[in-house]
Amino acid sequence: MSEGRKINLKVPFITRVEGEGALALSAKGDRIDTLHLKIFEPPRLFERFLQGKSYVEVPDLSARICGICPMAYQLTSILAFERLFEVELPAHLVRLRKLMNLGEWLQSHSLHIHFLAMPDVFGVDSALQLADSHGDLLKRGMQIQEAGNTLMRLLGGRSVHPVGLQVGGFSRLPTQNAWDNACVQVDAAIIAADQLLQWCAEQSVPDFSHDFVAVSLQGLEDYPINGGDIITSSGLSMPVDEYPQRFKEHQVSHSTAFYSLLDGKDYLVGPLARINLNYHRLPASVRQRAEQLGLHFPSQNMFDSLRARALECVWALNAARDILKEGCPEGPANVDYQVRAGTCCFATEAPRGLIYHHYTLEDDGTVANCTIIPPTSQNQARIEQDLKQAVMAFGLDKSDLELKHFCEQVIRNYDPCISCSTHFLDFRIKRDN
Amino acid sequence: MALTVAVHKLTSCSGCQLAFLNQGPALLSLMEKVTFVHFIEAGLYDPNTPVDLALVEGSVTTKDDLERLKQVRAHCRYLVTMGACATSGGVQALRNMANVDVWKRAVYARPDFIDTLADSTPVAEHVKVDFELWGCPVTQAQLDQLILQLSRGVLPKDDAEKVCMACKRAQQVCVMVTRQEPCMGPVVRTGCGALCPSFGRGCYGCFGPSEQPNGDSLANRFAGLGLQPEEIVQRFAGIHSHTPSHQAQIKRWQQLIVKEIE
Ligand code: SF4
Ligand code: SF4
Repeated sequence: MSEGRKINLKVPFITRVEGEGALALSAKGDRIDTLHLKIFEPPRLFERFLQGKSYVEVPDLSARICGICPMAYQLTSILAFERLFEVELPAHLVRLRKLMNLGEWLQSHSLHIHFLAMPDVFGVDSALQLADSHGDLLKRGMQIQEAGNTLMRLLGGRSVHPVGLQVGGFSRLPTQNAWDNACVQVDAAIIAADQLLQWCAEQSVPDFSHDFVAVSLQGLEDYPINGGDIITSSGLSMPVDEYPQRFKEHQVSHSTAFYSLLDGKDYLVGPLARINLNYHRLPASVRQRAEQLGLHFPSQNMFDSLRARALECVWALNAARDILKEGCPEGPANVDYQVRAGTCCFATEAPRGLIYHHYTLEDDGTVANCTIIPPTSQNQARIEQDLKQAVMAFGLDKSDLELKHFCEQVIRNYDPCISCSTHFLDFRIKRDN
Repeated sequence: MALTVAVHKLTSCSGCQLAFLNQGPALLSLMEKVTFVHFIEAGLYDPNTPVDLALVEGSVTTKDDLERLKQVRAHCRYLVTMGACATSGGVQALRNMANVDVWKRAVYARPDFIDTLADSTPVAEHVKVDFELWGCPVTQAQLDQLILQLSRGVLPKDDAEKVCMACKRAQQVCVMVTRQEPCMGPVVRTGCGALCPSFGRGCYGCFGPSEQPNGDSLANRFAGLGLQPEEIVQRFAGIHSHTPSHQAQIKRWQQLIVKEIE
């Protein structure tokens, strides 16, 4: 590379799916000066307009933060309120909550794998362009997605902004017919997911391993999904109540999303973080299958996150089948509770990682204030760090187009919303040689 | 000739676009009828090629949204809004009832970093709209119907009948009569097939106002069920707070609150 060559990449418009973003990279010679992932999600001020609303309305409103994981927002707020009201759910309702959660993971993960990530593997812009050449792959993905949607519909009526969840349980229990249909769908998708995992294992993956701290929940026995303590790969373990003490948010001028740091450092949430920290909690059969296919976790290579998603699909479908096998539940759809004032918090694992909610309620259950921390804002600092290291390892001497595609893939490893937008990095490169 | 389609996003949650990507194998057969030209979530970026149909998701909340919307209008034959955000300003229009600067300061420590317009407004307040798809989110059936009609060269007929009608046809038990649930069904347009009542809960209005909504009577009934004026305001200040008929009830009951305080 010529001495003193300057790169000035400006990506003014990463488009706006779930978060409008841009990328700015400037480098001199073989040193990066700045590398910012800018997120311009137009502010929708949710935390403010939830103030003054009754807790009853919160789940339906907060769902509208994200159309891809609405249930994560609904459920996290409901679980926070149930903690405050000291609601004990009977076992069958706890199982149904998990079943619906699994549905959302399946739906979101298969969307990411097939529509957002798979085009990279074949070097095309869009999954829609794969319909003719790789229709079987797409159909297989849609089958997994449909199994997820079926579980969401079973318990929530629809997969985007479902209506079935409420504080105290559900508004109604599923019918036997719908339950039987879900069993059929899930059984068929289990085979599809196993093939998908095999396919993911066969794809060659570039190695950009590096050090990072992973953060996820950890339950008592099972793989984490909607409860448990927060653990980190740096050895911390804390109840969710301590989240605000260790995790601090701050604003930077180039983003409308908050940056979250753990003790001042970036960290990873999401499928790879979960697998890394909870691999031993996967059932032996799922681990064996992974190892048989030559997959190894924990992994410090973000390019393994696709495999992590596929492995979570396999786990989720098996976990769903176990719940479905117990039969369509009978008994109450919800339990009574007493509203009370106070503060409460909860964290669950959304498909894309840890999500934290904190509320203060007045006597009648009106929201006095609230804080909602989604996975994307937690990953933002991590993505920038990764980009810096990965771009250096990849080589600043690569062509503009190669650099652009590479950056897109690095970003896409983290989050399906941002990942799809980065298909369109409109690189403007200024080079001073 | 397949219909050319662009899917655009302004300020929204992406849930409506998901109605396309989430439909499973039906998407493959849909692609025989349409050619997607621009659809970011699906990986296609080509915003300025003229298309037969531009579907717009999301409301206008930034200057950039507005600029982009004008470009969309300039490059399509039919512009159809997709969902509550685009059609009525959506849930984020709740801020239109407040002082945005105060709100921004409440959420962001550095409000000066945030560029936003005072209001969240529907697409039709800014450019000509040929057809509106209500719903938060829109359904697969709405999109199918639209595309079927447009591929025959006509716009669909608007169906604004009430959730109650769908509820009756499904032979569901009325949740307001039997359980005193404050259901918005009598003033909300159907499209969901009365989903919430089928789950035993009241409609919260995610499809927006119906034809000839009798908000006065419904709100009076809510008061009869024991709802306080503030609670009645909250029922109408939901997903479609920016629509005139909902605004009328919000104002009417807010005045009552003020009077009570006085
Ligand atoms: S109308 Fe509802 S589902 Fe559609 S984009 Fe807006 S918030 Fe999301
Ligand atoms: S019943 Fe009302 S709130 Fe429920 S899905 Fe239908 S329109 Fe939306």
